[in-house]
Amino acid sequence: MSDVTITVDGRSVAVSDDATILDACRDLGQDQPTLCYLENLTPVNACRVCVVEVEGSRTLVPSCSRSAEEGMVVKTDSPRVRLSRKMVLEFLASSVDLSQSTEEVHSWLDQYEVDVARYGPQVTGAAPRDGRHAGHHAIPTGLTAETVDQPVKVDNELYIRDYAKCILCYKCVEACGEDAQNTFAIAVAGRGFDARISTEFDVALPGSACVYCGNCIGVCPTGALQFRSEYELRQEGLWEEDEQTVTRTVCSYCGVGCNLELHVQDNRIVKVTSPMDHSVTNGHLCIKGRFGYDYVQELGDDLASTPIDIVLKRARSG
Amino acid sequence: MDLKFHDVEPTPAERTAVDDAVGAPDSTWEGAEERSADDLRIARGGHAARAQRHLLLPALAAVQSEIGWISPGALDYICRRLQVPPADAYGVATFYALLSVEERPGCVAHVCDDIACRDSGGTAILEAFADRDDVVPSPCLGQCDRAPAAFIQRAGSPDLTLAPTAVSEITAALEGAVPEAELPNPTPQSDRSGMRVLERVGVVDPSSLEAFQASGGFSALEKSVEMGAAAVIAEVKASNLRGRGGAAFPTGVKWEGAAREDGPRYLICNADESEPGTFKDRVLMEGDPFGLIESMVIAGLAIGAEHGYIYVRGEYPVATSRLRSAIDQCEAAGWLGNDVNGTGRRFSVEIRRGQGAYICGEETALFNSIEGYRGEPRQKPPFPTQSGLFGKPTVVNNVETLLNIPGIVLGGGEAFAEIGTKDSTGTRLFCLSGSVAVPGVYEVPFGTTLRALLDMAGGAISDIKAILLGGAAGSFVGPDALDLALTFEDTRSAGVSLGSGVVMVFNETTSFVGTTRRIAEFFRDESCGQCVPCRVGTVRQEELLARHLNGADLDRSLLDDIAAVMADASICGLGHTAATAVRSAVDLGLLEAT
Repeated sequence: MSDVTITVDGRSVAVSDDATILDACRDLGQDQPTLCYLENLTPVNACRVCVVEVEGSRTLVPSCSRSAEEGMVVKTDSPRVRLSRKMVLEFLASSVDLSQSTEEVHSWLDQYEVDVARYGPQVTGAAPRDGRHAGHHAIPTGLTAETVDQPVKVDNELYIRDYAKCILCYKCVEACGEDAQNTFAIAVAGRGFDARISTEFDVALPGSACVYCGNCIGVCPTGALQFRSEYELRQEGLWEEDEQTVTRTVCSYCGVGCNLELHVQDNRIVKVTSPMDHSVTNGHLCIKGRFGYDYVQELGDDLASTPIDIVLKRARSG
Repeated sequence: MDLKFHDVEPTPAERTAVDDAVGAPDSTWEGAEERSADDLRIARGGHAARAQRHLLLPALAAVQSEIGWISPGALDYICRRLQVPPADAYGVATFYALLSVEERPGCVAHVCDDIACRDSGGTAILEAFADRDDVVPSPCLGQCDRAPAAFIQRAGSPDLTLAPTAVSEITAALEGAVPEAELPNPTPQSDRSGMRVLERVGVVDPSSLEAFQASGGFSALEKSVEMGAAAVIAEVKASNLRGRGGAAFPTGVKWEGAAREDGPRYLICNADESEPGTFKDRVLMEGDPFGLIESMVIAGLAIGAEHGYIYVRGEYPVATSRLRSAIDQCEAAGWLGNDVNGTGRRFSVEIRRGQGAYICGEETALFNSIEGYRGEPRQKPPFPTQSGLFGKPTVVNNVETLLNIPGIVLGGGEAFAEIGTKDSTGTRLFCLSGSVAVPGVYEVPFGTTLRALLDMAGGAISDIKAILLGGAAGSFVGPDALDLALTFEDTRSAGVSLGSGVVMVFNETTSFVGTTRRIAEFFRDESCGQCVPCRVGTVRQEELLARHLNGADLDRSLLDDIAAVMADASICGLGHTAATAVRSAVDLGLLEAT
């Protein structure tokens, strides 16, 4: 494969001709912020936080998907880039609950000096948004900033959907569909600001095509999709991420060899993830590896004495 | 793919509507009622069934049209027929404003309260129906020359356009009455001498192939066949014809690019005219449907396409039925089909109806819409001439652009280039509406001044306060711009755009506050929601205006920041232009003066 040479912020870098601008930036040790991009998914170009300035291009371009082309001159920190990134992050922070997003996201909010106050007080305590019809919306008063706040969807024992935290990065849809699971239980429905992730007719997950592989949870960057166990522990104020250990092991169910990362708090598995850089699964699992760990931790009546056990048991009983 | 369907059956009427749209099912695997012995032994519904995904929108539209809404049973049946995941199909159905996934009244009136209609009675009509759930506001219906307009969806009956309309007429239509067909003069322009594109409109019977041929129809096609594809493309390049949809890309370059790629190639006529204030393509399709088909055949043969689509907006029932009739007649007469007029060349044309989504006029969103996906734009590159519809090289041309082709073929590219100016060749259609004496579509050579154009339409009614050029994606100019020459280059250096040819005139009676808010509302409603800058930016822009109009100082720096990120970082042209008109209204001081 031939190389192409591009210039990023004045530094020259040679990359293979199937590389993206983001790949080139990373080769230089200059990572760019990304939200909808993930190594194991097809880029959807939706979040626009990774935009960079390319000489000769009228608009900014998404670095995560735009191929590096010979002679390209890229700027990742020009005033235009900084403003667009700040605005994208501000738009999200003012309309979505980012409180449980990754640490990286919070560092970008600081780095780009995000100021949500200038949009006015945010609407909270809002009603479900699933019935909204494309092409119609309530006319704003200007007194508040509209948000995607809505009730949490809790309809099964394994995971919850808190779309008040959804930035609509499409990752869960991709993981459920062609990029991993090929189940197609969810899709983007509605339009514009009322676009949302939904099953058909918003049926509850047990009635949908969902197979509970949990790969959507694995790719969600904002905590909109969460293990039921994590959700319930957070509700009770018992979720202590700093005290958790992560143990890597191999799933014992079949012979594929998926790697598991067991997140353990107080000697209890509270969540399971899979390493994205692992050659077998690329971060994806099935229902057994993701959720089938109860057999290693007896939560019987006698032992159900710790607060965590009580919550975990309640989560699993639906 | 192992799809999960639901145990809900369609009603017989729903089943019929779907089968009429996509054909009867082959097996119970694809939703047939009677299980055959073969069905127990042979599994169907693989690639062949999934390759029918492009029929998803026609199937959804058929159910909507026949039943009045898309029930879970109907959706599930469509999904079994086309092997589409139900969640996907629901995502597509909820993307379009004309489709409903909730039961609603069989007749629904969409009353335009967009920028041309709102002050011409549209808002008042909606107020009169405020307590009814079968009357809803609508974005521009492309009837600005006969405002106010309404579009009626009627379950089991063809859709209706009413324009100009009134409360009583809408009430009657909702109760089943069909008004007597009345077609206002499609073009009021009295001097027809310089007309090229509008030549047949209002003069030649649009329902008759014979009348079309008697007026010289298909002579350009015959000449283009004699010339050969390369020569046709060379003439179009020599003409310097540029696209009339808004982006003004050189048509010949586009054709040449697609023709260079390996086939199959597609031709798409973009007739999803939805830019507020625009109605020229409707007038052309209603008035010269055969001319459009001739133009498409010439284009299709030139680029080496065998199949063309006309993606016509769903709110244009008259244009759609006239095009359908024209296609049928052309097929019967051999002008379309496997052997176009004895040339041995194959070219067919298929109509696809939009279902209420402005964004589908964006060419890559249009591809997704035809393919049966949500009408979300794609990132460019790759460009459509390389990878367009179904991933194949595709030429997308606007209706007006295409209708310039026969004249170029007959008269030559150089002669065409002598009309207008060096960089803006030929004539241009302008959609005049608002406070002008005689609104309508006018055709003038490029370079005509705004003042001269308005004079053709009988001048403005009272003093001009502002003129909206280019539609909601364009910008307001003040009366000082009346001497602006209407060309691509002059408007560009003036910082404005001709866009789709909208010239909407406002006088001192206009509520610019309301008009500007309506533009912001429009973009908030029509954003597809895919990218953050446009999805949230259009909301924040509307809120910022609302805040200002409630008495707060205009936060200009925030408005500029919102505009900057939408223009710089959005995926497509909708986001890029969503703040232009609002900002121009602020710059002209239109919001303060009222």
